[in-house]
Amino acid sequence: MNAEIIAARFRFAVNVLPKDGILDPQGRAVEQSLPHLGLAGIEQVRVGRRIELSVDAPDAATARGVVDELARELLCNPMIEQYAIEALGAISAARGEAGG
Amino acid sequence: MSVRVGVVVFPGSNCDADTAWALARAGAEPVELWHEHADLGGVAAVVLPGGFAYGDYLRAGVIARFSPVMRGVAAYAADGGLVLGICNGFQVLAEAGLLPGALLRNRSLRFVCRDVTIRAERADTFLTRAVPERRALRMPVAHGEGCYYADKATLDDLERDGRVLFRYVDAAGSPAGVEDRENPNGSLRAIAGVINAAGNVAGLMPHPERAADALLGSDDGMLLLRSLVESAAARAQGGSATREGGRARTLTMTAGTGQ
Repeated sequence: MNAEIIAARFRFAVNVLPKDGILDPQGRAVEQSLPHLGLAGIEQVRVGRRIELSVDAPDAATARGVVDELARELLCNPMIEQYAIEALGAISAARGEAGG
Repeated sequence: MSVRVGVVVFPGSNCDADTAWALARAGAEPVELWHEHADLGGVAAVVLPGGFAYGDYLRAGVIARFSPVMRGVAAYAADGGLVLGICNGFQVLAEAGLLPGALLRNRSLRFVCRDVTIRAERADTFLTRAVPERRALRMPVAHGEGCYYADKATLDDLERDGRVLFRYVDAAGSPAGVEDRENPNGSLRAIAGVINAAGNVAGLMPHPERAADALLGSDDGMLLLRSLVESAAARAQGGSATREGGRARTLTMTAGTGQ
């Protein structure tokens, strides 16, 4: 009766950046500060955010699917932002039981 | 009896009391709508007030979008209900997809809190019907993310369809350029507010409720809030006419039974 479920915990990062061509005043402010540091040759600074999270899922592909949905629905506004998912690996394998 | 207008209260809303006060001044009976309830209690219009809903974490307005009350607001809007978003409320409506575009970080990167001048581009909407033609309106803005953005095709569509509702204007009454002081956040095409295609959902960054009495420096905001309340009253009257029809039928039946 008891079905054994083997799941693992996967760690991901979602990197969200302003879309190309969208005004990024933070990136511009960082860029404009560079001469004060005596740094040259740095261009096209973009400032975004990084969200790290763990997902319990049977496999990495399923876990990534969940993260992708979360990124599209909440973490990123596709009108103004783009995102990239970075897999940080399985951090643990969990063995649990579920049954009637 | 005065018309009931709902004011949504999110954790982090901070203009809800001012908005309720100004709505009462405009002749409405304000009703607070708590964010955990999807039921809007039969109000004749809904206002999403300014503030920092859910701390504005992640992006201004985005977490509020998933609250129960927004399910109610989305259904209400789809049904033709009148919805106004002020400042953070505008951000919530944009994140929820009930209004086009997005509100980006101010071009200056600074939180801007001062009076601005806007002009209503239309006088035939639920929010501007009491505004005299070409009348400039003075009211404050107070936000860090108010830079209106949409891609060029969307902006062109909005202009063509008359869905740009308010613009920041300079002393000559011309739309203020993105770098002009009169455009407080660098909004594209000086857009301060928009309205949806159906004409029942609108949002703006300036605060009409903070310009609700001459003592506050301006009462121009009352033109918008009175428009809203008048529109809501007209809508409620339509609704109550239907209810009266129902009661009339009941009375007829009662009379029939009596005989």
